[in-house]
Amino acid sequence: MSKKLIKKRKPNRSIAGDIALYVFLLLVAFVMAFPIIYAVSSALKPLDELFKFPPKIFAQHPTMDNFSDLFVTMGKSWVTFSRYLFNTVFITFLGTFGHLIIASMGAFVLAKYDFPGNQTFFKVVTVAMMFTGWVTQIPNYLILNKLGWIDTYWSIIIPAFASPMGLFLMKQFMEGLPTSLIEAAKIDGANEWLVFSRIVMPNVKPAWMTLIIFSVQGLWNNKASTYIYSEERKTLVYALQQIQSGGIARTGQGAAVLVVVMIVPIIIFVFSESQILETMASSGLKD
Amino acid sequence: MKEYLQKYFVLRKHNMNVAWKKAKNRKMCYLFLAPYAILFTMFYVFPVVASIYYSFTYYNILEPPRFIGLQNYVSLVLQDDIFLIGVKNTMMIALITGPLGYILSFLFAWLINELPRWIRSIAVIVFYAPSIAGNCYVIFSVFFRGDAYGYVNAFLMNLGIIDAPILWFINPQYMLPICMVVILWMSLGTGFLSFVAGLQGVDRAQFEAGYMDGIKNRWQELWYITLPNMKPMLMFGAVMSITQSFGVADVTMALCGYPSTDYAARTIVTHLFDYGFSRFEMGYACAIATILFLMMILCNKAIQSLLRRVGT
Repeated sequence: MSKKLIKKRKPNRSIAGDIALYVFLLLVAFVMAFPIIYAVSSALKPLDELFKFPPKIFAQHPTMDNFSDLFVTMGKSWVTFSRYLFNTVFITFLGTFGHLIIASMGAFVLAKYDFPGNQTFFKVVTVAMMFTGWVTQIPNYLILNKLGWIDTYWSIIIPAFASPMGLFLMKQFMEGLPTSLIEAAKIDGANEWLVFSRIVMPNVKPAWMTLIIFSVQGLWNNKASTYIYSEERKTLVYALQQIQSGGIARTGQGAAVLVVVMIVPIIIFVFSESQILETMASSGLKD
Repeated sequence: MKEYLQKYFVLRKHNMNVAWKKAKNRKMCYLFLAPYAILFTMFYVFPVVASIYYSFTYYNILEPPRFIGLQNYVSLVLQDDIFLIGVKNTMMIALITGPLGYILSFLFAWLINELPRWIRSIAVIVFYAPSIAGNCYVIFSVFFRGDAYGYVNAFLMNLGIIDAPILWFINPQYMLPICMVVILWMSLGTGFLSFVAGLQGVDRAQFEAGYMDGIKNRWQELWYITLPNMKPMLMFGAVMSITQSFGVADVTMALCGYPSTDYAARTIVTHLFDYGFSRFEMGYACAIATILFLMMILCNKAIQSLLRRVGT
């Protein structure tokens, strides 16, 4: 065993350096994880423990009361908690699904075919990654207004389809597919759509997960407060802010929503980490 | 000269013809690209153009836009003190958290690269989680609560460093530094993932060759082998971290309030938000958006030309 370890170690590393490294990483990992752990444990604390001083980091008697309170007390309010949850799930699901299909179709031809305008279009997409969504917020509002989509789910869902990041990652990843695969299918008489849906898409599954995580992350955390103003169409993050501004009595519930909001992207990431990293390996910007 | 021009135009025409024929042959490609291209143009390209156009007008949605030339920009720079505070804060945040977050992303990606596989995957989750944990940063308002029961206050008072609780998010002196800490906490994002993946892809044979050539420690290895191999990822990571650090608004708005005391935590985006969606002065807001857009693009171009020199 120890022989194997020694063999695996790179020859130019000092043992002291390695130990220092481990200790350092452990410390940093603790600092990084602490706020998240704290949020989860606050959500599990019963009321009397939330305000204990000095506070305990971990709940002594963990309960799910805060979560059930969310549904019970918020269930009686005008817009129920489950409605906020539904809005967010609906927006996230449709937006991600559409984005995956539309961006993959675009990425496929950009990566595998040579046609006039190909390079230029991709360059424009890369430039679009260089500024935040805030820059386009106001004209977007005006456009959505003209389309009559303000105060509907579409105002969030449709713009999400065109996120440049997804197309970029998908295209970079598809470039790694062997062209012979596509050519072979064509000789067998498959048209472009068949090549895309039967050959290319099943072969880029790791990239799917990557698109999904980025899209979900954007949509799930979308406050949607600028484009949607009807209370019954607002999202979970918005509800979270309302609950938190409800003051000290809502501390436990606030923490519970926090957990509901953050758990979904994190779980998706945990289960798809290796696929995402596989995609990110081709994320480099070449010039 | 005339002949030369003529030849040039003949050539151009020929090229156009070739391109047109090619395009005709590739009709399918355009069909595939069309859904994305239309939406992208509608929600990314056109808005930028529209934003530049509206920035030269007075527009409040109710009345049609009225052309007023450079008036918006002039008032932004000369009369709007709060905008200047916003620019100052954004620059501070971008200049500190941008490069620092970028370096940290690379540093941690590099440090965990040699860990055994399963520890590495856990480490990636732990480091990456804050950036996708949604609004989890509001938990910092519990740590930095203004009364004596806030953890940081209680801790510092117990140590005797301070004798009265500090109002962390109300006192302008402390707002920005704390926001920066929070932003740094969340800064191991997409770029970090790209670095982790890129480091895994560096060819092992190059390290072997490096040992033969007498590379002594990990630092030399980093500079002479790893970094040059990572250039495309470094570029990508830079784009990500610039975009993030100039767009800061959510964190400051959630922690310091909106508006914050004395506008001490105002950023360009907060200002844009204020004029666009509270006062509905769309023309003015578009001028802010245009300035932000130019800042980000120029910064990106500058950083990219800088990164091109790494390892050469």
